[in-house]
Amino acid sequence: MELLYSSCVGLLVACGVFLILRARTFPVVLGLTMLSYAVNLFLFASGRLSMNQAAVLGYSESYADPLPQALVLTAIVIGFAMTAFVVILAIRGRADLGNDHVNGVVPDKSKTNSRQVKEQGKA
Amino acid sequence: MSQHLTSLPVLLPMLAAVLMLMPPCGKNLKIRRYVSVLMGLITTVVSVSLLAYVKVNGTQVYAIGDWSAPFGIVLVADPISTLLVSLTSFLGLVCALYSCAGDDEQGSFFHPLLHFLILGVNGAFLTGDAFNLFVFFEVLLIASYSLLMHGGDKRNTRAALQYVILNLVGSSVFLIALGILYGTLGTLNMADMATRVMELQGDDVYLAKIGGLLLLVVFALKGALLPLHLWLPNTYSTAMPVVAALFAIMTKVGVYSMMRVYTLIFGEQAGELSHMAQHWLWWLALATIVMGAIGVLASQDLRKMVANLVVVSVGTLVALVAAQTVDSSAAAIYYLVHSTLVSAALFLIADLVGKQRGKVSDRITAGRPVAQPLFLGGAFIFAAVTVIGMPPLSGFIGKVWILESTLESAHGHWFWPIYLIASLAVLVSVSKAGSTVFWHHTGKGEANTEENAHPVQMVAVLMLVSASPLMVIFAGPVTDYAQFAAVELHNFYGLIQHVLGGK
Repeated sequence: MELLYSSCVGLLVACGVFLILRARTFPVVLGLTMLSYAVNLFLFASGRLSMNQAAVLGYSESYADPLPQALVLTAIVIGFAMTAFVVILAIRGRADLGNDHVNGVVPDKSKTNSRQVKEQGKA
Repeated sequence: MSQHLTSLPVLLPMLAAVLMLMPPCGKNLKIRRYVSVLMGLITTVVSVSLLAYVKVNGTQVYAIGDWSAPFGIVLVADPISTLLVSLTSFLGLVCALYSCAGDDEQGSFFHPLLHFLILGVNGAFLTGDAFNLFVFFEVLLIASYSLLMHGGDKRNTRAALQYVILNLVGSSVFLIALGILYGTLGTLNMADMATRVMELQGDDVYLAKIGGLLLLVVFALKGALLPLHLWLPNTYSTAMPVVAALFAIMTKVGVYSMMRVYTLIFGEQAGELSHMAQHWLWWLALATIVMGAIGVLASQDLRKMVANLVVVSVGTLVALVAAQTVDSSAAAIYYLVHSTLVSAALFLIADLVGKQRGKVSDRITAGRPVAQPLFLGGAFIFAAVTVIGMPPLSGFIGKVWILESTLESAHGHWFWPIYLIASLAVLVSVSKAGSTVFWHHTGKGEANTEENAHPVQMVAVLMLVSASPLMVIFAGPVTDYAQFAAVELHNFYGLIQHVLGGK
């Protein structure tokens, strides 16, 4: 279970980082979401992984650590709020800047090349 | 009453913000302004009285819901955190006052957001729990995101987008660090963490080290330390100046958290992990000072210059944190108060200058003369002398103290030349900026007296600028308090005793 769990977290982080580096707002938002899933799973695991253990005292022989669950709950709520905010911000960015690149300008190589060609042609 | 005093700097701004969203104030901007300034004043008075209380009665610990540490969340009001809380509340009051001249009309919820920001910052200073620190960070960040977008244009949206994304990644890293630390130490109460770090053995030591260094990444991002400082000049110079002035405290939250984590949890007593971040902090701080100074020299407009001055001050502060002696911490506390107030003042002055010069705005080039050369020029030169660290104002005392306190430390021989050359660079560029903006006029350019600063704005600027001479006139008590706060900061067992009781 540990192997499966940790590779799951690792995969999510890898995908999240990859998507954030795409530098377009939609992939970035998706990447942030994945990263926050990974973080939530990771936080959850910080109280040790265990099977069939209640978080409440007296319901099983040994009990799961309740604190990470509380932390994850808080982190999920905050993550929701932040994701909602960044989605709205991305929409506004798309409207204000005319494109969805995080820098506000699309680094389009073919475009600059053709402009250079045109300028050279004029000269 | 006095036992609840500790929680009031967190509760009052929350009350203020919620109050301003309710019907009577929610509809009417005028009432909202009165409430905002009044509540800002009350928060400031309460914070200062908490400061006085802590000075007499020592560190106060407030267990929320009476769940005692290490199980519940505690607020810890020690001398340094109360000082910073008072500073924040005062800055909030000044910014609320300044914005009443018209800046708050550009969006719907300026005043509530401002108070939410104060809530987050005060909470981050007061909390004694690492996860709670994260929560307060998020509170202040979401308020800051919205404030950053307040009354903004295209440039603003771009800067905000980058700032938000960067901070969200930062928050993820923060949570991962907390997860690792909780997994190894089994607690998130800072005082309890400090006692557990001493007992770590085997592989847990490395895990805790990873967690601690990840925390360093987060705080470096919030505090704008070198490789992670690139967002700051852009963000601060595109935000509305009054917002930028308020943000002057936010980088200090990062620096304060570093002080807390690396002197308390990973401080002298931490066994194998003691001073683990010191080496990193030194070089990053020095590099930050260099980059900040280059940024100041290269700045094309006043606001960007001030933003880069903030970077320089962060570098200086982190170098002092890295020195990890009582004396350097005391100097850091003095310098922190001074630099926050003066950079906020400079942001506001740059705003007024920009408004009065019409098209050229606050670009450092010849243009229309300002309408109130005496007031603005006077305020600017006061603030400039302070920020450069020339005698006789507070910057000078801070600088001498900083240099004295780093004399003995391991990397002092690197710090002195770099810091002094950076100061020289700041001196050159600030004086050039000032003389260009105030003395070089193009053509017959008439001063536009319609844009005169509103009396409220003048009062706000004067409040910030006058802090510097006051810090010199009352240098005795102020430095005594800084020394006292630094001693308490390094008083490891004292704090543990306070927070964990007889444990």
